[in-house]
Amino acid sequence: MLKFMAKRILDLIPTLFGISLLSFFIIRMIPGDPVLLLLGERGADPAVYEEMKKSMGLDLPIIEQYWVFLKDAFQGDLGESIISKRTVVSEFFDRFPATFELGIVALIFAVICGIPLGIVAAVKRNSFFDYFLMGGSLAGYSMPIFWWGLVLILIFSVQMGLTPVAGRMSVMFDVDTVTGFMLIDTLMPEIIKDEGFAPFFSALSHLILPAIAMGTIPLASIARMTRSSMLEVLSEDYIRTAKAKGLSVGRVIAVHALRNALIPIVTIIGLMFGSIITGAILTETIFSWPGVGKWFVASVNARDYPVIQGAVLFIATMVVIINMFVDLIYAFINPKMRS
Amino acid sequence: MKLFAVIASMLFSTQVLAKPFVYCSEGSPTAFNPQVTTDGTSNNASAHTIYERLVDFKYGTTKIVPKLAKSWKVSKDRKTYTFTLRKGVKFHTTKYFTPTRELNADDVLFSFNRQWDKKHPYHKVSGGHYEYFTGMDMNNLITKIEKVGPYTVKIVLASPEAPFIANMAMSFMSILSKEYADQLTKKGEMEKIDNFPVGTGPFVYKKYKKDTIIRFTRNESYWGPKAKVDKLVFSITPDPSVRYQKLKTNECHLIIEPSPADLTAMKANSNLVVMQGAGLNVGYLAMNTQKKPFDNINVRRAINHALNKKSYVDAIYLGNAMVAKNPLPPTIWSYNKKVKDYAYNVKKAKSLLKKAGYPNGFETEIWTLPVTRPYNPNGKKMGEMMQADLAKIGIKVKLVTYDWPTYLKKAREGSHQLIQLGWTGDNGDPDNFLNVLLGCTGVKSGSNVARWCNKKFNDLITKAKLTTVKKSRVALYEKAQKIFKKDAPWAPIAHSIIFRAMSKNVKGYKIDPLGGDIFRTVELR
Repeated sequence: MLKFMAKRILDLIPTLFGISLLSFFIIRMIPGDPVLLLLGERGADPAVYEEMKKSMGLDLPIIEQYWVFLKDAFQGDLGESIISKRTVVSEFFDRFPATFELGIVALIFAVICGIPLGIVAAVKRNSFFDYFLMGGSLAGYSMPIFWWGLVLILIFSVQMGLTPVAGRMSVMFDVDTVTGFMLIDTLMPEIIKDEGFAPFFSALSHLILPAIAMGTIPLASIARMTRSSMLEVLSEDYIRTAKAKGLSVGRVIAVHALRNALIPIVTIIGLMFGSIITGAILTETIFSWPGVGKWFVASVNARDYPVIQGAVLFIATMVVIINMFVDLIYAFINPKMRS
Repeated sequence: MKLFAVIASMLFSTQVLAKPFVYCSEGSPTAFNPQVTTDGTSNNASAHTIYERLVDFKYGTTKIVPKLAKSWKVSKDRKTYTFTLRKGVKFHTTKYFTPTRELNADDVLFSFNRQWDKKHPYHKVSGGHYEYFTGMDMNNLITKIEKVGPYTVKIVLASPEAPFIANMAMSFMSILSKEYADQLTKKGEMEKIDNFPVGTGPFVYKKYKKDTIIRFTRNESYWGPKAKVDKLVFSITPDPSVRYQKLKTNECHLIIEPSPADLTAMKANSNLVVMQGAGLNVGYLAMNTQKKPFDNINVRRAINHALNKKSYVDAIYLGNAMVAKNPLPPTIWSYNKKVKDYAYNVKKAKSLLKKAGYPNGFETEIWTLPVTRPYNPNGKKMGEMMQADLAKIGIKVKLVTYDWPTYLKKAREGSHQLIQLGWTGDNGDPDNFLNVLLGCTGVKSGSNVARWCNKKFNDLITKAKLTTVKKSRVALYEKAQKIFKKDAPWAPIAHSIIFRAMSKNVKGYKIDPLGGDIFRTVELR
């Protein structure tokens, strides 16, 4: 097991190196000079242009720029944002809690709804419910998040008045950032003392629609995966034996079938984290959610090289590490994998 | 605040909260100092809330009125401006700064010298690039900034320049506190000056959460009539459809730039008010007069006759614009109403082309605007419509575009033949359009993309720039517009309309022709 873990950790090095290489060169292939963008539409003196280019390190040969980036990144320094002049690391961690909080809630929503729906579809195979659910999950999987987010807003916020339209918290409440996680910050003693639980409920109500929008694709994947995995397990001999022993249907499904069917589902949940982060780019734009996705879009538009490189590296590292953990869990559950 | 939070606040909240005025803005400010920013988003968040200038534009107009300077005098040679400052103006008290004195000449000198004097200790802070200050040529125009007394400042210009006073009302000439700057220098935190603002304006900066919210409170020590609302909130909402939904659910009281597609529904909603005003802008197709065949006046006139501008306004601006005939928008004084536009006339266009020696037309390129701007919301679509119009007179057009910075750079170098571009006025002065976009100096600097240098036209606008008598300036600019029309270096396309949507209980708001959102007189009834 230790050998397997060491191998997986060592595999991270070329992966991250590849990601850094791609993010660095792809952004430089996109047309658009960040210095010209920064100097604005009115243009500027060529001397100012050169000076600014030098100060941003863009006058160096591209290989040298990459070397500097790699060397600094290795020391935990991802550079400074061209726009805000703040370090990429601090900019990232300012926004990461918002994305993480939303991602976790979206994933919980997807898991809580996806697994039971998948189980029911498998047990009621070829029934109306099964067809309806699989059709629905296919629609959920193919739905553009941008459109789906707006539909949710129209139904639940504008028509029914149940949830807020967008944002992370009502403007009525002024909650200081402590952890960056709104559901935690609104439960700080001084907030409860001054404003009761209203800010907490406000934060919670603001999470509902973006979490549904973001969690829809993972929900559809989890439901489909649970169904197919359950169907496979349900046709095994040991399930027939369990049924023959006279065990109740509930017990056969929950204890004998689900535990074995869960192995590929755990994998897909891990992989879904990646799609949650990419989904954040669109969800955060629609719901004015101040997270990493929205920041990333703004940085691409502004050709903020250090931010794009840093954000890609951060997100990719996170996805790779989570996948590594999924592999390790998988290996732990399934000894065949270790060999 | 919906079901959950409303019930919760009724059950758990221990205090009654006053509802702030909520403005749904479109993005995050790049900084809280208009000296170092140029975008409207940053201007709204700082120049119109926190800061003030020596002079200002009268709310809803482009007329210059006194502000932090109660008066000013211009010398006989029109090169020296002496400003007398208002007494009793207090800088904001914030969490990070408590002023010990009122505004005086030192603050004015600090604010201007930071941008003008390259050796000033604050010049290099935040990059040392002052796009507007240099863009308006203030670095070359000003030769001396002098403190005459504690409340008197003298500015000497290199040459007489009538639009100078309008430049002084622009956001980048905002007055910052020298005392605050000195405090930051002592602490070694100079860069904070651009992000933790201290001004004299009607609102005090309270808090900014990136990409989320900006909070302001009313300046209770304001020297003039105080703001009507005690709390002002900018709720950052980039998507226009979402802004509209927030307006409908009362999460915003006023929204910036509603989507043209939503305007009809907004106007039909009895709970909302849609305000509109003519924008201070022009979208145009410039012809490179230094390149063949556009050096030929008849070719330029033929193109003017061939373009069906009304169809562009209907299809691209969705009717939210007016067809342009002059390089100046009609909101600017000296706009010449009498100028007659080239009518859409294919037959006449063909005969002019024949007269120019191109009976079968020719091949050319149109550079289409790669970005969305109020003066041209869809350059590609407009390019396709122009392509179809010009094909009718035998001109075969290839559409070309580049990324925005490259587009501008190449345009300044004059690599194009036909190019779509536009301009939004900065200070409401005709010189800001005619001289920048069509003057002979603009050919060298690259802002005159038609590369058209007409001596008569240039003499008129230069003369108008030197006199401060408005009546004379009007006459000169009106004449200049006639020459422009006759020589046809552009086909002016459209002037877009500015829209704002708000709840019906919002009172005291006016559309600013310069595009800003100003909240001092706004209230909720």
